[in-house]
Order: sequence, then structure tokens, then C-alpha cells
Amino acid sequence: MSYFTPDRRAQAEELLSLYPKARSALVPLCHLAQEQDGWLRPEAMEEIAGLVGVTPAEVRGTATFYDMLHTEPVGTYLIAICTNIACLLDGAQELLEHAEELLGVRAGGTTEDGRFSLEEAECLADCDHAPCVQVNHRFVRAQTPEAFDQLVDDLVAGRVQETIPPHGTLCRVRRDGGLRVDRQQIAAERAAARAAKASRAAAADEAKPSSGGSS
Amino acid sequence: MLDGRSVTARPGEVLIAAAERAGVFIPRFCYHPRMKPVGMCRMCLVEVASPRGPALQPSCFIPVTEGMEVVTTSERVKKAQDGVHEFLLINHPLDCPVCDKGGECPLQDQTLAYGPGESRFVEEKRHFEKPIALSNLVLLDRERCIQCGRCTRFAEEIAGEAQIDFAGRGERLEVAKFPTTSFSSYFSGNTVQICPVGALTATPYRFTARPWDLDQVESTCTTCALGCRVAVQSSANRLTRLLGIDVDPVNQSWLCDKGRYVFESVNGDEALVPGAAFAGEARPAGRGATVRLTQPLVRTHGELVPASWGEALGAAADGLRRVRAVGGPEAVAVLGGARLTNEGAYAWAKLAKGVIGTDSVDAQLGDGLPAELVLSLPRATIDEACRAKVLVTLTGDVREELPVLFLRVRQAVLSGATRLVELTYQTTSLTPYAAASLLMRSGDAPGLARLLVGGSAIASGAPFHPDGPPWSPAQLATARDLLAETPEGAGVVVLVGRPSLAEDASLVAEAVEVLANAWPAARFLPTLRRGNVHGALDMGFAPGLLPGRVSLEEGRAWFRRFWPTVPERTGRSGAAVLASLAGDLEDPDGASDQREAPKGPPIGALVLLGADPVGDFPDRQLAERALAAAEFVVVVGGHPSASLHHADVVLPAAVAHERPGTTTNVEGRVSRLGQKLVAPGLAWPDWMIAAELAASLGADLGFTSASAVLEEIGRVAPSYRGIDAAIEEGTHRDGVIVPLVGRGVERFEPIDPIATPGVESVERQGAPPRVGSARIGAWVVPVSVEGSGEGVPRLLSWPSYVAKRTSTRPTHVSPPDAYTLRLVSGRRLYDRGSAVLGSPSLVPLVPKAPARINPHDLDRFGIDDGDAVRVRSSRGSLVMRAEADPNVARGTVVIDFNLTVAVPDHRDAPGREALRRETTAEKDRRGTERPEDAQRELGASVLIDAMAPVTDIRLESL
Repeated sequence: MSYFTPDRRAQAEELLSLYPKARSALVPLCHLAQEQDGWLRPEAMEEIAGLVGVTPAEVRGTATFYDMLHTEPVGTYLIAICTNIACLLDGAQELLEHAEELLGVRAGGTTEDGRFSLEEAECLADCDHAPCVQVNHRFVRAQTPEAFDQLVDDLVAGRVQETIPPHGTLCRVRRDGGLRVDRQQIAAERAAARAAKASRAAAADEAKPSSGGSS
Repeated sequence: MLDGRSVTARPGEVLIAAAERAGVFIPRFCYHPRMKPVGMCRMCLVEVASPRGPALQPSCFIPVTEGMEVVTTSERVKKAQDGVHEFLLINHPLDCPVCDKGGECPLQDQTLAYGPGESRFVEEKRHFEKPIALSNLVLLDRERCIQCGRCTRFAEEIAGEAQIDFAGRGERLEVAKFPTTSFSSYFSGNTVQICPVGALTATPYRFTARPWDLDQVESTCTTCALGCRVAVQSSANRLTRLLGIDVDPVNQSWLCDKGRYVFESVNGDEALVPGAAFAGEARPAGRGATVRLTQPLVRTHGELVPASWGEALGAAADGLRRVRAVGGPEAVAVLGGARLTNEGAYAWAKLAKGVIGTDSVDAQLGDGLPAELVLSLPRATIDEACRAKVLVTLTGDVREELPVLFLRVRQAVLSGATRLVELTYQTTSLTPYAAASLLMRSGDAPGLARLLVGGSAIASGAPFHPDGPPWSPAQLATARDLLAETPEGAGVVVLVGRPSLAEDASLVAEAVEVLANAWPAARFLPTLRRGNVHGALDMGFAPGLLPGRVSLEEGRAWFRRFWPTVPERTGRSGAAVLASLAGDLEDPDGASDQREAPKGPPIGALVLLGADPVGDFPDRQLAERALAAAEFVVVVGGHPSASLHHADVVLPAAVAHERPGTTTNVEGRVSRLGQKLVAPGLAWPDWMIAAELAASLGADLGFTSASAVLEEIGRVAPSYRGIDAAIEEGTHRDGVIVPLVGRGVERFEPIDPIATPGVESVERQGAPPRVGSARIGAWVVPVSVEGSGEGVPRLLSWPSYVAKRTSTRPTHVSPPDAYTLRLVSGRRLYDRGSAVLGSPSLVPLVPKAPARINPHDLDRFGIDDGDAVRVRSSRGSLVMRAEADPNVARGTVVIDFNLTVAVPDHRDAPGREALRRETTAEKDRRGTERPEDAQRELGASVLIDAMAPVTDIRLESL
């Protein structure tokens, strides 16, 4: 019984086919699982381990390395507030404290209703709109406490569902619109590369005895 | 150039290793000589000259190059070491007074030797929940970890199962298992052994001792027959732990968890008292599960009562004399011996064959191979197996039977040194590494062997099966292509063992004969797994053999010179002895005519040397009937067993670590056993029991010490000639391979104090680490053996075996019909043997055995995965849980041996009802008071028919 839903399972297999080594698909598969649940459940990590041929402990090791992969439950909306130097100077600390008060959780925590997680982030690369805030990795530019209150209101009321999908969804655009995958072409290119390598190796092998003889 | 002097390195050697060989110790934590370097701890920074001036480089990570200039003692290096130490110690709790590692800790020692004098750290240290149990055996204290990655690298690189890995990153990096599983590796204890701080500790050792209280000897592990070298450490006559010693040709510093922790069964807490304590296999509850035999017992008025050694030996001698007077010497049989030292085995062989005069002596209890075959095959070493062009396996799962051999073979395959062809009944731990894995059914081995060496399918004699052959034709083609590159079998090594105890040994023997005849240049490594079974066979502990790998006929004249008598006729094997006692020798299906025809009078007396036929013989029913029928039974052993019910005299023996001696491993390597403990109570070493019993029988064996026995072995046993001198002078760690040929070179490599912390420190009692000096010596085998070669019998060899073998008729295996399945019963590492059951740390790890069946067959019978089924053979039946397992060949049922069966779920009403009926029937049949849940104690041995070539069974759904 697969942990992935049937269409995600199909996506998983497609992802696997993109890489010469199954293990390379580990992180994309983690994102896929996170899209399904919002976080990486142990069962998901076990299935991924089976798919890419590593142990579950190794999947967890990789997942815990990356900030965007979560091995503990996360709220529907993950609010990240940057507290690096530019944002700090523009009131990030105050904004974070306001957010903690409003949501009733400390940074790193999740509200009881499972709706919000709050996290203190390193530089999010939007310093000209400091303090920088992201919800589910999308910039929201809620720079003041008032704007933050409005943001939370909007999220609760479901007014921004169009732009901010639940946590885990990286992008809702069908990939095949932009990045078109021609499987046959990939296969043909790989075969050509292999053949070229083999012929180079053969040429090198032929060259060896003669050079040995001459020296 | 190293610190201004010229040093030579081996090709590809890393700087730290080359420096160490040159006597310059560079401090390190993460570097381990048996693993790939990672350069994680930065402790080993040295200055290496570069075009831009001297640069700090991690010496564990850079290979030595021509003309390299290295400085290890400069101010800059010292400053770098100080800095690394300071960083490592910031997050280290410095709780050395309560840490198990204190006193043998590389971090402690190297801080003292190389670190900054004092700390500048005044902040609060980190605190974590502690300890975290990674498994039943391994605990983790995260705050002590210095993130060297030795444990995670071991799990991935050496054991091949990364059940632990680093989680998080930066300062939050920690070793972690997966939340829903545990670190259940057979090799988990090695991570504790190589941890350079006190982060990983083992539950059996945690808080039990300090290194400076310990005392150690070097010895060899005899839990299986691989012969891993160990340091045995004890405190106050109790064993505290075993550590692996790096012996290049054998274990390369690793141990399996069973070998590492079964020492608990030696520390007997409770002496066996007569009466209540040993009603059945039940062990006293409470503290530990270990019971030892500590006192001679004699059955008087139906009860075993304590006796003095004199009384017990007298009673044993009287009984043996009585039986011999009626039935002649051949009425006495001696079974067991694989747990003995070579000295013990020789002494008992001399008593049985040379004094009593019986040849019915067998160290193998139906789980071995014909001894003459094993000793006649050209023997390979482990190293040879690991660099064979093709390594063929025809054995059980190596990881379950000889775990450290699995590590060696896995490394060999991964490094490209060898390629693996596997003949197996089910997917094994080696299957992922095999170039070709040929799945077969029980009974197929001889036919598949013929196919492998180029015979045709029709001539192969492979029995017809409705599903066709289970192996894949593509895999067979791959295997044949590989083997085609090795004409005459040159460079081929075959691992030969018993893949299933539910079939007759003659099947594997026949397959091996096919391979050996087709590949005259191939070599064989027998994987018989019992402790010192190879030593016992070498000491003549098998019918038709005499000590030193000679046959009875060949050696008779020679041994008459040294022994009072030599048996007249070839005796019976262990299985034949039991069958004769049980009156089963006339076999209805005609299978027995391939065995040696039974001759002579019926067996009357049985001596069991650490053997437990009831618990251990594949066919439990036969063993029970045999023991009940035996007129006189002497049990010699260290632990009580189910066979004690039938004992007339019990003689307590010293077990491993309680007696000195030598042992012989799978490759014929003889190494020294160390004595660490005084045997409990009145227990004696086996050679002494043999000598005293001989004296009671009116004969003098002529030894007064174990070394005197070894001296006689070295003089008398042809393949062991000179062994006493070689052991005395030549070997420290590696041991020597017999027969000794010419000169041997001893490799005495120092123990890297950081690689295995705990060995060196106990040796040096806490002195700072230093490098021992390497010594390469040579010893010469003395030529002047008594008789100067004249009349020395020839050793068994393959040509002599072939010449002698008259019957070439293949074992007849009738094809199964569509309703029967063939039983396969292999061994698991943690079984219900007395060693594991006596080790409280290992008991929780013993699994239950379900009936594993291919999903295709389950479908066919309309059974669901997890259902209760009745498994019925001609011998008996069991109600147990069925499990779908695609790794099992079609037409096969796998029930692991020496485990209790997985009883059906209690919520499953039909299963429970059937179990109740079964249990009641069992009780009625036996007419004894078995415990209510008698079936819980039963295993595959209820089903196996030792008299049939294979065991066929039927499944009934309930």
C-alpha cells in the first residue's frame, strides 16, 4: 500500500526517472510528500527510503538538514520573520514579539488549532522591504504590526487562498508548461554520452600498450 | 620528510597512518584505520609544505605523495590542536567522573596530552534528555558527542545498514535513529567500541566498572566458528565486556553483538540446586536468566542429587563399564564436543576412541556436513575467499550464522575484489551484493550444481516441479558466464554450509562433490558454525576419523603407538546414534540406505559433551525418544538443558573464558584461548574430566595440564604437528593455520589506542596513549617430530576421498505434488540456545518464527498474510502464523530453526481454538505435565524428519 496518493505516486515515479541515480530524487520526493501532508510523516520518509534505496534514518538525516523540510507537524500557514541585521534595524524584533503575542506561540511553535506556525528566519533576500515576512515561503510584505494583523485576518478568512496555498505546496503551475520533459530525448542523450565515453575508454585502452612498448 | 626525517609510505596511504607506522602519533578522533577517512574532527591538522608555504592540512585525509614535507610539532600545529580542542570541549559536558569512558577516553587522554591547559568557557553547558535508547543494547548521551561520525560511518560503510544517521546540522547535529524503528543491527556493539567519547554506551557495561578496575586477557570468541579475536575484560571474577581486537586475516576489529554480549551467560548467578530448579527448561525468574551447572549430580532413586567428583566419576565409570560389558565398546556413543577447546576435544577423543574403543563419536548434531568431506576438501582461508575471482555460496545466511564473515565478504564484493554467486533457498543478506543469486528449492542443490558446472538440465536430475525451476535463467546464465572465466575452478572459492536443517546433509554433500570434481583448482571454506566444531573435527570428533585429519584406517597403526586401543570399526554419526537408540533405523522410504549401513550392537550409553539433542537436534521427536530409550546418559556441560531430564550422571564443566587452550576456526586457524575467570563451584575443564574419567576406568591419558595435552596434539595429530611450538613461540594475535607448512610470518601490529579505546588503556592501566612498536618476526616449524616422519599417516585429501567413495548414487528426492510445500529451516543469529537465553541483554532480541511463504502459494491455498495455519509434516504439526514473503522460493515454507513459533494472534478465534486443541493433544500424547502453553516452547524441530532426505509439509487454513 503506497503512502502517496495515486497521482502523487505517479509523480514520484516520474521524478525518479529524471535522475541517473535514484538517490538524487530524495529531496524532490521529500517536497512531494510535504505537499501531501504539509510535513514529512515517518511513513512518508519510509516510503521515500524504499523508492530511492536508502534507509529511513538517512532520509530523516537529509530532511533535518534542510530548513524547508519539516519532520514535525507544521501549521497550514508557516509565517517566517527575518531577524537578520537589515530587518532587525527596521523593527523585526518588535514585529516578531507582536506576532508571538497575537498568535499565542513562541517562535518555532504551532498554534493549537494547527493553523499557524511561526518561525524566526535568517535572511530571506528581500531587504528593501524590511522587516521581511514570508507565509509558506511567499513574500507578503507585512512590515508593521497593523499590516501583520491584517495578514492574519486575511489568512483566517481565507481571502488569500489564491496566492498562498497550504504549507508544502511549492508551486501550483503545471511544470510541463515551462520545463518540458522529453523522455526520449533524455534517454538518447544519455545513450550518446555513454557511447562516447566507452569509445574514449576503448581508444585509451588501445593507446596504452603501444605507449608502454615505445617507452 | 616527516619532522625532518625521511619516511617511506605504502601506495595510497594517508599521512596519519604513515606517520603512525614511523612512530609519530598524530592526535585524532574521527579517523579509524578500518574506515574511509572523512576529515571531520580536524584534530589531526599538520603542516604540509606547499608552493605557498606550509599549510595546515588534515593528515587523515591526504594521501602521502613523493617528496612531501610534513611538520607535526610546530607552534602553528600546536595552536591548531589547541583551537580544535577548545571548540570540541565547548559543548562537551566534562562529566568524566560519572562517564563510563572516563579513564579510557581518547578525548580525555588527548586533551591531557595535546589540549589547551585550561578552559576559557564560562557559559552554561548544553543539557539534553539522557540517555536516548537507540536500541536495547546501545544508549546515546547526546551532549557528550563530538560528531566524529565514526558510528554513522560504521553503520553505513561497514555494516551496510544505516539505521542511524546524523540529523540536524551545525550545533544541533546529533546521531539519531529513525523514530519508528530501532538501531537493530547485529553489529551495533561496534559503534560503542569505536566511539571516541562516552556518547555511545552499551547497556550491559554501562555503570558496571571503571577501566582501571578491569583486567584483561586476549582470547578468541567461540560463539561461532569464525574465530574473532577479542579482549576479554573482567572485574572481581565477573566478565564485564568483550572488545574486538584487530586481526587482519579474520575480524579486522569487528565483532557481532551475539559474540560481544553472550558473556553474560558465563556469569552464572545461581548455582543449580537439585529438585525444584530444573523442572523442564524453565529457568528461575528474577535476577538474570543464567543458571550454571556447578556441582556433580548423580541420579539416585529417580532424582538427581549432588555428589562429590569421586562419586560422580565412579558412577559414570560404572555405567559405562556396565554397558560396555554387555554391548562391547561400540555400545557407547559420545555426542557433542563443538564447545570444547582443542585440548578438551583431544582428551575426550582419546578417552572415547583410545580407551573405551568406540568410534561413534560426533561433534555435529545433524546440522553439519559429513566430516570426511569437510576435511578432504582443499581448504580456503577467509582472505582467499575475499579475493576469489568468483565466490560461490551454498550455505545459510552468512550474516545469521557467521556474522563477521558477512562483513568481510560484503567489503570484498564492494571493493571489487570478488564476485558473488549465491545458491540459496531464500533471499539472504548477501543477495543485494551477489552478481547472480540462484533461488532453489530444498532438494535442488545437486541438480543446480550440475547445471552450474556446465551440465544440461536433463542430466542435472533436478526434480520436476509444477512451477518449473525457481531460479531465473538470466541469473543462471550470468553465473555460468562468470564461472566460464575460471577454467578448472582456478580462483573459485566455495562457501559450504547447511542452508536448511530440514533436509539431509547428503544433498549439500552431493552438490559439493559435483563442484569439487568439476573444479579441481577450486578451494572450499566450510561454514559450519558451532563454536569449535572445526577443532573438534580435527581432533577426530567424527565417526571414521582420528585426530589430525586422518581416517580411521589410515591412522590406525600410527595411533596404536600412542593410544591403548583404536576402534575396530567405523562408528555411527550423531543422527545415526539417535536413530539407533530410537529404533528408527529401518527407514520406510529407503533413504537410510545412502547412509553408512548401521552395524554392531545397539547403543546403550550416551555421553553428551555440552550437547543438547532435545533442544538442538533438527528432529526433536527423534531426539526425545532416543534419550528416553538410552540406558545410561552422562551429561558434561556448563549450562542445564532439556536433555538433563534423561541424565544419570551430570559432570559440571568450565565454559568459554574459564579455561585456557586453543581453538580452530573455519579456515583451520589455531589460536589461543585465554582464561579470565575461575570456573564456578566445582566445575572442571573438559580435558581434566576426560582424564579423571579415564582414570576411573583404569586408564591413564597421560596429561596433567592443558599445555601437556597441546604438546601431545603437536606430537601425535598429523595435521597439527608442531602446533604446540608454533603456538608457544609464534603467535600472539593472528594464530596459525594448520597444517603448518614451512615458515610462517607473524604479523604483530600494534593496537591503535584510538581505534579501539579500552583495549590499550586497560592494558596500560590508564597511561596516556602511545604507539606500540610493530614487530615482524618469523618462526620455524620444528622438523624433529617423534618418529621423524616415518609412519606418519597421510592427511585426508580430495583424491583420497574420491577414491574411497564407492556409492555415487544421488540422493533420491521425490518431487512434491501441488499440495505439499517443502520445509526450509535455517538458523538465526539470536536463537533459543542456552548462551543467548542466559544473556539477559540478548533475550528480548530473539524473534519468533512465522511460517514464511511465497505470496503466490498463499494465494493458491486461499490463506491471507497473518492468518493462523496448521503446518503438518509426517513428524508433527504446529499451529502458527503465516507470513507472505516474496523472498521465499515458490513451493517452499521457511520456518527458522531453534526459535519458538509465532503463535496466532489471540484475537483470532479459530486460531486460538486450534491452538488449544493442539496443546491439549500434545499434553495427552506426552502424558507429562507440560506447561499449559506448551506449543509456545516448540519450534521447527517438531516438524523435521531427520530420517527423510527432505521434509514436506502441508498447510491447512483454520
